[in-house]
Amino acid sequence: MRYGDRTAVDGLSFEVEAHTITAVLGPNGAGKTTTLETCEGYRRAQAGTVRVLGLDPVRERRALLPRIGVMLQSGGAWSGARAEEMLQHFARLHAHPLDTDLLMERLALHECGRTPYRRLSGGQQQRLGLALALVGRPELVFVDEPTAGLDPQIRRAVWDLLEELRTDGVTVVLTTHYLEEAERLADKVHILDQGRLVASGSPLELTRGGTVATIRLVVTQPFPEGSPEALARALGAGTELRILDPLSLQLSGPADGSTLATVAAWCADHDVLPESLSLGQRNLEDVFLELTGREDFA
Amino acid sequence: MSTRPTGTFTPAPGAAPVLRQLVTQAGMEARLMLRNGEQLLIAVVIPVIVLIGAVRGAERVGLDLDGRPIDVLTPGVLALAVMSTAFTSLAIATGFERRYGVLKRLGTAPLSRATLLGGKVVALVLVQVIQFVVIGGVGLALGWSGPDGVGACLAIVLAALAGTAAFASLGMLLAGSLRAEATLAAANLVYLLLLAGGAVILPADVYGGLGDVVRWLPSGALGEAMRAACESTVAVRDLVVLAAWAGLGSALTARTFKWE
Repeated sequence: MRYGDRTAVDGLSFEVEAHTITAVLGPNGAGKTTTLETCEGYRRAQAGTVRVLGLDPVRERRALLPRIGVMLQSGGAWSGARAEEMLQHFARLHAHPLDTDLLMERLALHECGRTPYRRLSGGQQQRLGLALALVGRPELVFVDEPTAGLDPQIRRAVWDLLEELRTDGVTVVLTTHYLEEAERLADKVHILDQGRLVASGSPLELTRGGTVATIRLVVTQPFPEGSPEALARALGAGTELRILDPLSLQLSGPADGSTLATVAAWCADHDVLPESLSLGQRNLEDVFLELTGREDFA
Repeated sequence: MSTRPTGTFTPAPGAAPVLRQLVTQAGMEARLMLRNGEQLLIAVVIPVIVLIGAVRGAERVGLDLDGRPIDVLTPGVLALAVMSTAFTSLAIATGFERRYGVLKRLGTAPLSRATLLGGKVVALVLVQVIQFVVIGGVGLALGWSGPDGVGACLAIVLAALAGTAAFASLGMLLAGSLRAEATLAAANLVYLLLLAGGAVILPADVYGGLGDVVRWLPSGALGEAMRAACESTVAVRDLVVLAAWAGLGSALTARTFKWE
């Protein structure tokens, strides 16, 4: 997919298995929304083939639309329509809609049901967008950044809801730039960067790093000059050092039983008091950083 | 699927019957239009002020009309009401639907474009019924002799529908090609220009030599058709002019309308 001379999505190929949650993960501008909108039939792929539930999303849109639910990233409601009015409107366009009161309750929208759309907070508008995507009881839902900007408590409620959808037999495709979200929810993760698929797999497959470990160290006083490099050398060849800020660093590389002892000895040598020290397997964040070489995924 | 437990969200996809969708869509659009202060102003308040003002003014100035001022002016203001709803209100509302992504969002619902447009038309007709009751009521209170029997009523409905078709297609053309703010400005400007010089309220004859020109405008054709209708005459020529504008407007809209 190209916009002008900028290629937004290129050579992307993946399949989504029914009754699973698939996360499309990537930094801003990676092509997540373009990918979704191509599946939803808003955009015609300039090359290649897209099939959603076996249908061509552009040519067979009329047959496809009743079967999918779409949550847009923003907007999409009359500014003067009340939240519950908007949801009831969408419910009446479908044959077997969900109970709108229940949906409002589940998404913590029942308190603002009488509020016109333009006066809803960003988070409320977003949840209403999710409710609109679900109310028609679709087989497949596309949700674009479902929890961006939500407070943690409501984010967890949305996660529970998405998991319940999967349990009930709905297939979910979501985009996110929260690694934690992809790691917790997704059966399969596709990582996009600059319009290309850079990795695919279950969170476990993606984070399985063999004997590679990641050490995160936070200290109480700034690191003495040259000491982080000394630690990297002490841990042996192949260790990669990243200084995150004057008080914290991250190391990744081969690990064994002596790794922790090496770190402890280094602390004693440099008179460093750790505030926190963690040694663990890679998480999606590490994978992401390795693949994209970028620290900023927001 | 049958082996899966049934839960709250177990899929049961499907579109509602078209008729229910149409009623839902029309009801929503009409409610939003009536709830909006500015829309109400342009739909009801301004036409009523224009009617009262024009009748008083015509009496004072001694405007040379073919009949009593109230009998000439009331049909003209009914025509103005059609124009304000079908053109200005529709253009502004649709312009902002595009801007706020409402059309994009509705595009994900199992709602066909025909039903979406049908909903808009039914909403326009509902609002026009209210406008006609209010304006006709004020006209009668001011001494309007009213439509001349059932035939006249049918002719009024015909003129209103033809005018709605012409102005709605032009309103959609504006809303689908300009930005929302530009649509707002253009729809109001065109409304004011046609109100002042488009032979809606005053008969085309009053414009002298220009009369032959303004009768080709949708505003002039609608005004003339409405005035004729109140006297139980179907103004075929004016209805054909309106139909031609509707055809032109629809064809251009179909080519140029941008949903986002």
